[in-house]
Amino acid sequence: MKEKETEALTKKLIELVERLGDLEIENVEIKAEELTLILQPVIGAMVQAPQLLPKVEEKALETLLKAEFSPPIEAYPGEVVEVRIGATKSDGGSRRKVVKIGGEKTMPFYSFELLNPNRPAFTMDVFDMPITLAKSVMQHFEDVMQDPADWAKKCVEDFGADIVSLNLVSTDPTIKDVSPKDAAKTVEKVLQAVDAPLVIGGSGNKVKDPLMLEAAAEVASGERCVLNSANVDNDYKRIVSAAKRYGHVVVAFTPMDINNQKKLNRLLLDEGLPKEQIIMDPTTAALGYGLDYTISLMERIKLSGLLGDSDLQMPILSPSSNAWGAREAWMKSEEFGPKEYRGPLWETVTAITTMMAGGDLFMLSHPATVRVLKGLVESLYEEVDVEHVYKPSKKIQDWITDIGV
Amino acid sequence: MPEKASLLSIYSYLPQTNCGECGEPNCMVFVSKLLERKANPEDCPPLKKPKYKEQMAKLVELLVPPIREVKIGVGEDVVKIGGKEVMYRHELTYHNPTAIAIDVSDLMDDGKIVERCRAVEAFSLVRIGERLRLNMIAVRCASKDPDRFSYVTSLVARSCKLPLILCSFDPKSLRAALEGGQVANRRPLLYAATEENWREVSELAKQYNCPVAVFALNLGSVKSLTKTLKARGIQDMIIDFGTHTEGGLLKESVNNSVMVRRVAVQRGDKDMGYPIMFIPAMVWMGEEVDPVTTSYKEAYIASLFLNRYADLIITHTMEVWSLLPVITLRQNIYTDPRKPVSVDSGLRTIGSPHEKSPVLLTTNFSLTYYTVANDLESAGIDCYLVVLNTEGLAVEVSVAGGQFHPSDIKDIFSSVNMEEKVKHRKLIIPGLAARLKGDIEDSTNWEVIVGPRDSSQIKGFLSKYWG
Repeated sequence: MKEKETEALTKKLIELVERLGDLEIENVEIKAEELTLILQPVIGAMVQAPQLLPKVEEKALETLLKAEFSPPIEAYPGEVVEVRIGATKSDGGSRRKVVKIGGEKTMPFYSFELLNPNRPAFTMDVFDMPITLAKSVMQHFEDVMQDPADWAKKCVEDFGADIVSLNLVSTDPTIKDVSPKDAAKTVEKVLQAVDAPLVIGGSGNKVKDPLMLEAAAEVASGERCVLNSANVDNDYKRIVSAAKRYGHVVVAFTPMDINNQKKLNRLLLDEGLPKEQIIMDPTTAALGYGLDYTISLMERIKLSGLLGDSDLQMPILSPSSNAWGAREAWMKSEEFGPKEYRGPLWETVTAITTMMAGGDLFMLSHPATVRVLKGLVESLYEEVDVEHVYKPSKKIQDWITDIGV
Repeated sequence: MPEKASLLSIYSYLPQTNCGECGEPNCMVFVSKLLERKANPEDCPPLKKPKYKEQMAKLVELLVPPIREVKIGVGEDVVKIGGKEVMYRHELTYHNPTAIAIDVSDLMDDGKIVERCRAVEAFSLVRIGERLRLNMIAVRCASKDPDRFSYVTSLVARSCKLPLILCSFDPKSLRAALEGGQVANRRPLLYAATEENWREVSELAKQYNCPVAVFALNLGSVKSLTKTLKARGIQDMIIDFGTHTEGGLLKESVNNSVMVRRVAVQRGDKDMGYPIMFIPAMVWMGEEVDPVTTSYKEAYIASLFLNRYADLIITHTMEVWSLLPVITLRQNIYTDPRKPVSVDSGLRTIGSPHEKSPVLLTTNFSLTYYTVANDLESAGIDCYLVVLNTEGLAVEVSVAGGQFHPSDIKDIFSSVNMEEKVKHRKLIIPGLAARLKGDIEDSTNWEVIVGPRDSSQIKGFLSKYWG
């Protein structure tokens, strides 16, 4: 065989091999005469081609085809504003620390893009009078239900709540009709008992709530509490004006509708309340009872904000303790198994779902939920050393053999 | 980047005759049905004519979802997963709900294996008119013994009709199970092809025409595997990039899921266009695991990944309290977000009510209505049920949000001549609407009785307060 032909064929062969990929050739040093020797039989075969070509292809697949994966990063034109809850001494309050929520620059836990600056925060529900709660929640608070200050303390000190959510249900005219002034005294007491920030909630009575929140805002002046809530059916202007005057944050509550949420936000903004003092509550339905609507609502709101809709760029409140309204959470049932486990799990799953959909601040009732959610957030924010990623202590690839019977 | 299905792109491939032969008024309506996956290209008679052959092929190609639909098993119990086309459920209804597989170890006693398989198959809970089930059995080759694995998979196959997952990284064990005879014709999922065993496992997948899972701990390797297996002629694959259940690694699993789905759906990466699986059962690894806290953890880890594109999960516990929230979440996620939230307002009769029967009130939120109506029916209560238009909101929300209008009750009463239907003037309202008792009394002039907070308690309530 002529040298020229050999050369041409060698070139062709190398091209072919390269096209099929992955046959190691670069690191092999072959002298010219060896090459001729090695290539002899191949060239002999090449003459008989094409039926031998598939064999070369099969051979190429004896090694894995190489593939690269690069993270698909996207840029969002908008971002969620950061809302600060609670004020320390230097800010004119008396809280030990400020809880910051919101400020997202990407969707929840898309940390391959970036880690959103603030972690989700957790408040626990406290009521200003003993009320009926699911047994599995009640058992943790029986000793403190007579006194909201003790109740709040237990939430912060024993169960790790970042914030206390004080619900002044006794102000409801059909319950005890406690006056705004007396309700405000309870707020003062709780502020003295704990150094965590406060969410102050009403009874849901549209006439009484604005009056009560106004009185509470005044006694809590400078503490940057969250007033819960302003909505289109109550005197939201009164609540907004109190928040502005005494330096608080307002919850804008709407029942399950993105357009109504947008309208209400606009109304509050038009009253001169800055975005940094608004948190949205677009309604959290319980697992199994409309949670599907909440998922899509929160995802749409968060996406709209990131895409630049400035009327929807506030953090989201998720009262996940609404999960306890689901009968599966509290009803005795042999079919469903022990309600002591089922109840808190129902709340946990509701909260995880709204957290993955875009919630920033969570209202919870059961200590187990707070513990689980905080642990998850810890994991989802942990810096991982890339070397470590592929050498986990528990080898997950051993699951087939290492799970017991 | 491949062409994306849109109203206009789909329309461009249709004959555009507006003939109405498909049963729709015009082509555009048909297009919107195609886009929502409520119709198929074959439903267009003109398009099936030979001259449109090319357009038909292009349309079918256009409508292929970016995430391949993979079928596991055969016959009635076949499990279909994947087929996804969007990142968020508000864009288009998710279909093919996450399949839930329960694991069986080949180290279990034979009797226990049979018992467990039957329990998985028999598991059934009815929620809002839908029967919720567990879908598959994942047989683990924990013995590392191909003969034992082959024997146990046959035993499992004989014990239930559910589709199977054969779990072993050892091709010899997978081959033994497939050659053992009983399971190959059931088209099980082979778990898994890895960077080490992919030659043998992909050979098995081809030989027995089985779907196969690919497993690797980084996405480059996953892609390398899907690419290679595809070049070997395998189409039905499922991706497993590792289910980390704790520490910072959990974050990696969450990230991987979003990245894989995003490159497939939004960036046309066909090598990543396969269903994703997670294995929450991982939490049971190790010697000393507490059954309660571990069942609890398994449920919330499963829930976390159900919220991040899990198409298939393998779990371990059979405790109903732990499975119930998971299957309920699955039902929620796979509910059509555009379905009506409400039922018609007005008066309903439950059983055969008469002039002394109780009159109860509820809202027109479909979930509330069906729950209350079911409870009343199953308790055998004859009564009238007034359904109030609360704009499709539940009791508590509508009372708080002002959509629960007492004056509407009066309107319903007068429109159906309620005062002629019953002799008494007593209305039982939901416990969660207690705050409106006075308002309702003022507007209707009826006596208002505050009922229980949950309709499951109505039976006991009525026997106590209704003579």
